[in-house]
Amino acid sequence: MHLVRKVRQHLFKESLARLRKGLGRRVVLTVGSVILATLTIAFISGCGGNSELPTASSTASTATSVPATSPTSAPSTSAAATGASVTATPALAGSLNGAGATFPEPLYVEWIGEFQSIHPGVTINYQGIGSGGGIEQFSKLTVDFGASDAPMKDEEIAKAEQVSGAKVLHIPTVMGAVVLVYNLPNVEELKLDPDTIAGIFLGEITKWNDARLAALNPGVALPDKTIQVVHRSDSSGTTNIFTGYLTQVSKEWADKVGKGKEVDWPVGLGGQGNDGVAAVVQQQASSIGYVELSYALESGLKMATLKNKAGNFVTPGLQSTSAAAEGVTFPDDLRFSLSNSAGPQAYPIVGATWILAYDKMKDPAKAEILKAWLNWALTEGSPLAGELKYAPLSEELRKLALEKVAAISAF
Amino acid sequence: MRSSPVAPPAGTWRRRGVGRWADSLFALFAALSGVLILLTLAYMVISTTGTALPVFGSQGLAFVTSSEWSPKNGKFGALAFIYGTFTTSVIALIIAVPLSLGVSLFLTEYSPRRLKGPIGYAVDLLAAVPSVIYGLWGVFVLLPLFLQPAADFLAKYLGFIPIFKGPPSGISYFGAGVILAIMIIPIISSLCREVFATVPDDERQAAYALGATKWEMIREVVLARGRAGVISAVMLGLGRALGETIAVALLIGSKVSIDASILKPGYSMAAVIANQFQEATGEHIRALVGIGVVLFAITIVINMAARALAWRFSRP
Amino acid sequence: MSDRTLPISDSAGALGERWAGGRLGAGLSLRDCRPTRRRVWRDRRNKALVILAVLITLLPVGMILYHITSKGLKTMDWEFLTSPMPLSFRRAGGGFLNALVGTVIMVGLAAAVSVPLGIMAAVYLVEYGKRNWLAKVIRFFSDVMTGVPSVFVGLFVYTALVVQFGFGALMGAASLAIIMLPIIVRSTEEMLKLVPQELKDASLALGAAKWQTVVKVVLPSAAPGIATGVMLAVARAAGETAPLILTALGSYQLTAKLWGEPMSALTLAIFDGARNPFAAGQARAWAGALELLLIVLVCTIVARVIASRSRIKR
Repeated sequence: MHLVRKVRQHLFKESLARLRKGLGRRVVLTVGSVILATLTIAFISGCGGNSELPTASSTASTATSVPATSPTSAPSTSAAATGASVTATPALAGSLNGAGATFPEPLYVEWIGEFQSIHPGVTINYQGIGSGGGIEQFSKLTVDFGASDAPMKDEEIAKAEQVSGAKVLHIPTVMGAVVLVYNLPNVEELKLDPDTIAGIFLGEITKWNDARLAALNPGVALPDKTIQVVHRSDSSGTTNIFTGYLTQVSKEWADKVGKGKEVDWPVGLGGQGNDGVAAVVQQQASSIGYVELSYALESGLKMATLKNKAGNFVTPGLQSTSAAAEGVTFPDDLRFSLSNSAGPQAYPIVGATWILAYDKMKDPAKAEILKAWLNWALTEGSPLAGELKYAPLSEELRKLALEKVAAISAF
Repeated sequence: MRSSPVAPPAGTWRRRGVGRWADSLFALFAALSGVLILLTLAYMVISTTGTALPVFGSQGLAFVTSSEWSPKNGKFGALAFIYGTFTTSVIALIIAVPLSLGVSLFLTEYSPRRLKGPIGYAVDLLAAVPSVIYGLWGVFVLLPLFLQPAADFLAKYLGFIPIFKGPPSGISYFGAGVILAIMIIPIISSLCREVFATVPDDERQAAYALGATKWEMIREVVLARGRAGVISAVMLGLGRALGETIAVALLIGSKVSIDASILKPGYSMAAVIANQFQEATGEHIRALVGIGVVLFAITIVINMAARALAWRFSRP
Repeated sequence: MSDRTLPISDSAGALGERWAGGRLGAGLSLRDCRPTRRRVWRDRRNKALVILAVLITLLPVGMILYHITSKGLKTMDWEFLTSPMPLSFRRAGGGFLNALVGTVIMVGLAAAVSVPLGIMAAVYLVEYGKRNWLAKVIRFFSDVMTGVPSVFVGLFVYTALVVQFGFGALMGAASLAIIMLPIIVRSTEEMLKLVPQELKDASLALGAAKWQTVVKVVLPSAAPGIATGVMLAVARAAGETAPLILTALGSYQLTAKLWGEPMSALTLAIFDGARNPFAAGQARAWAGALELLLIVLVCTIVARVIASRSRIKR
């Protein structure tokens, strides 16, 4: 017995020695300790209340995409649990989740950043998933507020109000322009009018040097290349604004395609989100697409000058966007359209964008934060909007919007 | 005298307390780990099919025969995606198979010994590159440098053939097919290399002895002997191409349509799942899971057929 | 009959010389049996085609390495490696730290789960199951699982876990573990089969129990090979994107929370960067691609080095 034990011990010692010498074992040990270290760090920090490691820059941010909803999930409530605990003290604290349009996303991101630096206890998470997604999430109560460039339809409102037991508020925040960006290296200025835009997007005008385009752009060397159309592949308020305009100005478009957040595009490639479309236009030579003004400016894409209702060619910009809102009467629920305005210097494809909120929210702290943020954004946030070339609301409209914000409260 | 040289003396167990259960427990644990794989696979199939069942029910056969995909209207016809997946994979195979065969033949038959290592290494490097990097490179480098000019060229000179009808786009079935080809070349070529290496050398010499040129030897001996293995390798490459998501999503154009021309944008099953998932809700998600189930079924069938072929091949 | 030696069938000619002493009967030698010019031309043409195929295939390799390195190096600096993403893609600066942390956490967790399970399953296949029906079934379905599209794995984890618990690192790790498991099982099985039976017999003969034999003799002997398989599986998992889209979702936040909150990963961040029109976002994507490529290449190369250095000798 002793002998057997001794031999066994010797065998184990030998294999241990082999392990020590073995290169493979060392690697396994290192890999194992790295995994262990990672796990330790993860569990230590994960078990703490707040998950975020301290960073120099602001902590909240826009996530790239949304937790898709399903009949049973409620990711936003668990996300809320990660924020600092909600208190009733004067200092605002808590977290808010919103999702929706990519149209105003660049602005909302800046507003969130500024607001959070003023109120460090607040985390606002905004996810740009398209207006359609925003309305869906908002209706299912998986986010605290939605954002859309297309006002909710009556059936959508009815559904949302049924689920939440509260009324839906449309709060306009800014106005933005939908511009036509194109990728033609040698063409500095491109003029388009309603007929040519409809023709291009219907697939009837297929080459840049088509007679109708040449007529609008005398003296410009338009190449003999195929026009590559780019549109949105997701459900989008920007699409709603653009197709709304086309339906107004082109009977053929109204008959064949119509208006909506998603349509059956006769031709073209799809891009995901405003940034996706801008990216595709950037990557694909000889292409044309529609994006919100801010995306065009930031990505350095060239924009077309459009002929408006009054017959003038207008360059997209802050002033021409604001000019579109003059003389419009606003209904009580603030669901209105700004496209194809009559003003002489109005840019023809302009839309407002709304924050969707319920007038009664379940969580009083969240209601507080939402109200405070929207109030701040509509008043002190407007210079920021101007910087990013979104047109702030006119005085009259801002007052109406602030009234709606004041109506937000808790159950 | 012990009955068997490997039976441990019974006394030691009791003394050391290493129970007689230790061995059985260990064996049980090992067996359970193996069974876990089966359970995971089974659960995968059951869970996803279960989630997708309502959509299969409401759409019926139209799920795979109709190309009308309109989530807001509750219409989910996945034909456009199935078509796109197959088209891009076929394009990828047409490009990749000759190139892979060339590479593997070069490495087994033609290459001087010094080059064999580095070139084999370089080709295998293609296999290590993650697909998202292929997508990034494909969109920013390959597209302007090769895909768009090639598409323009094909449409201009061969545009009378329906599959090359314009207006041409680099972001199309063609573009996705090219990047898929680059991705599956290392898979097919490494498997073919293994197959060709098992061809016995004396058969090669016999061919030479009979006066064959090198190419004839390859054709009559290597390729003939390795035919089943090559087919199996190609099918495995096809299986990979069918399931590839990211690179295709970036280069296929995200257009829900069926087009005979490969120079037009389209969509594929894996790409639509990745693109539309984030904003999908309710029945839309179930439909996407349903597409995943269809994709899984197709890929599994092809993979199993490939392995069955390889298994047949490995038993002469 | 010229003395010109045909380059191709010279071996045939030489063989003929040796065997038949250069003669095949009346004034004939094998060297007369030269292939026709057409066959020679075809042979040369095909050789050229094969070489062309190799060159065409090597072209993308070189281009990918070149472009990623050159574009990535422009943005890759210490700030990039150590700071999280800025609030929006259009802002310059910042880095992919949260993405890197996410990848490390998720791949680490996936490995922590799949490596022991995979090794144990392989142990079963080699030591206990061997040729019985269960082992055959496990082997077959492991092979099947290596061919499952990764997006489908993501869908499965979504329907099974995310619906209940929300997005998070654990879900991402679960999908990566499912992808890694069959790879580890198959490669470990191959390595374990190479351990000489005599070693195992000797250990058993000296009184070790079967489990002790496996744990202290077989596994350590096969450790280099197992490590190779693990490294390759890790490289594969680090490069996966599709399953993570559906399970971890991606985020801008630098977080180590394991569930309930979306987590970023290097691949997800690069994917978003590729769909981005902003120069700053694209620059970061290239640097991220360089980072990812380095990680994957290092894992692959280390795996090969281990494999070649410590081959088990029979």
